[in-house]
Amino acid sequence: MLLLPCPHCGPRPEIEFRCGGEAHIARPADPAAVDDAAWAAFLYLRTNPKGVHAERWLHAHGCQRWFNALRDTASDRILATYAMGEARPEPPPAPGGAPGTR
Amino acid sequence: MPQSCNNPGLAKRVGRRLRREAGRIRRSYSVGTLVLHALAGHRRWHRQWRAAEPKGSYDAVIVGGGGHGLATAYYLARRHHMRNIAVLEKGWIGGGNTGRNTTIVRSNYLQDESAAIYEHALKLWEGLSQELGYNVMLSQRGVMMLAHNQHDVHSLKRHVYANRLNGIDNEWLTPAEAKAFCPPLDISTSARHPVLGAALQRRGGVARHDAVAWGYACAADALGVDIVEGCEVMGFRRDAGGAVAGVETSRGFIATPRVGVVAAGHTSVVMARAGLRLPLESFPLQALVSEPVKPVFPCVVMSNTVHAYISQSDKGELVIGAGTDQYVSYSQQGGLHIATHTLEAICELFPQFSRLKMLRSWGGIVDVTPDRSPIIGTTPVPGLFVNCGWGTGGFKATPGSGDVFAHTIVAGRPHPIAAPFSLDRFRTGRLIDEAAAAAVAH
Repeated sequence: MLLLPCPHCGPRPEIEFRCGGEAHIARPADPAAVDDAAWAAFLYLRTNPKGVHAERWLHAHGCQRWFNALRDTASDRILATYAMGEARPEPPPAPGGAPGTR
Repeated sequence: MPQSCNNPGLAKRVGRRLRREAGRIRRSYSVGTLVLHALAGHRRWHRQWRAAEPKGSYDAVIVGGGGHGLATAYYLARRHHMRNIAVLEKGWIGGGNTGRNTTIVRSNYLQDESAAIYEHALKLWEGLSQELGYNVMLSQRGVMMLAHNQHDVHSLKRHVYANRLNGIDNEWLTPAEAKAFCPPLDISTSARHPVLGAALQRRGGVARHDAVAWGYACAADALGVDIVEGCEVMGFRRDAGGAVAGVETSRGFIATPRVGVVAAGHTSVVMARAGLRLPLESFPLQALVSEPVKPVFPCVVMSNTVHAYISQSDKGELVIGAGTDQYVSYSQQGGLHIATHTLEAICELFPQFSRLKMLRSWGGIVDVTPDRSPIIGTTPVPGLFVNCGWGTGGFKATPGSGDVFAHTIVAGRPHPIAAPFSLDRFRTGRLIDEAAAAAVAH
């Protein structure tokens, strides 16, 4: 079970949270203007990296607020959290080697 | 020191006999060879397949040496006579999801497209040991899916009727009939999750998952396929027209006009090296086994509502499957609360197992598509084919998946059974919704 650092409540166990999947996937501003391929890309295509992943979390059984997190999907280590709407930060250098290289 | 060495003369004679027969018995596993090898101290078993060195070029390269990849290579060689091909495996054969699943085989899927491919696979399963000359220990002991509420009853009956229309065996059982088929089942009306009935596919069952990988590897190897372990694909080389010209690997460049990617949980990683994004997310999926006990469980039981599936292996362990974690991960380990949730469900259904100790638990990385159906077919890159997205239910499809994918690679266009599972369905919207692919809620 992950220990997730909620920016509002501090570290809490994963069962209090709901993962909202990959972050920074913007809905096309004018859906009627994009073709099927672009719409499918918005709906379905995901980065799914082995390494640093930007994702959304909801502290459902806590403050009930959303936040973004950077997590290394190879080690499951949380590298940073930041507010919804903020740009993705650079991950801090991980102790003992670059993230995602394990 | 092995006991047989107490008699050096005998050991020497047996050793000579084994060497003489090495070519012939190489892939033969009979009582006779077992006795001979036991007398020789089990030091003369042969490799089951060559430790192939990668050549400079092949007619086709399969990326991923799991069950699906090996099956693809085998059918390419057997049915399409492509012998100059290689399977590139990053780790070792049988080290990925092929050796991490709960070994369940069935074909009672709801949608016509799914029924077609899983039934195609089940028919191949039924002759697989004979075809490969390798015992995959298919045991058609029956797969029973429990209904605990009215919605389950409606849903499972719909499955039964849809399956029958597709010529697939599936039948509805009353609680008493379910109890007769699976005596450990508690059908008391006071149960927390009462059993209102069950859908039974008698042709469903289990198979020995390692043997499936090994059997396909042996059979493909015997046909001349190079199985290269410890060889990771790092990139793709394209020609002037954009088509695949070869793969860059951790063991050098390999030229090939056709590449089939069958990398399961790591498909997104491999395809990103070809510059493609896929509708996939990779999640850890856990399973666990109990300490071995005497035969107590005659079939496979699945319950969507309480979220559990269970069977007993030939070694006596109860094999129990859990759900996926909620986040993308490649760590091959899931949260303990996921396994706990599953064990609670098992103990609710089968209170008599509550005192069993769990022996091992593990995780595999499953690639899940938005509609929970696989992707088999061509990609925007000419010469690059993909077979992925089997999610939590790929093992049962192994032979069928390999067969239709081999056809797809040879023909350059999808096999009729594979055609609905195109990558393009996410653009056209013709999704194949199998959200219950593992028969448990996701």
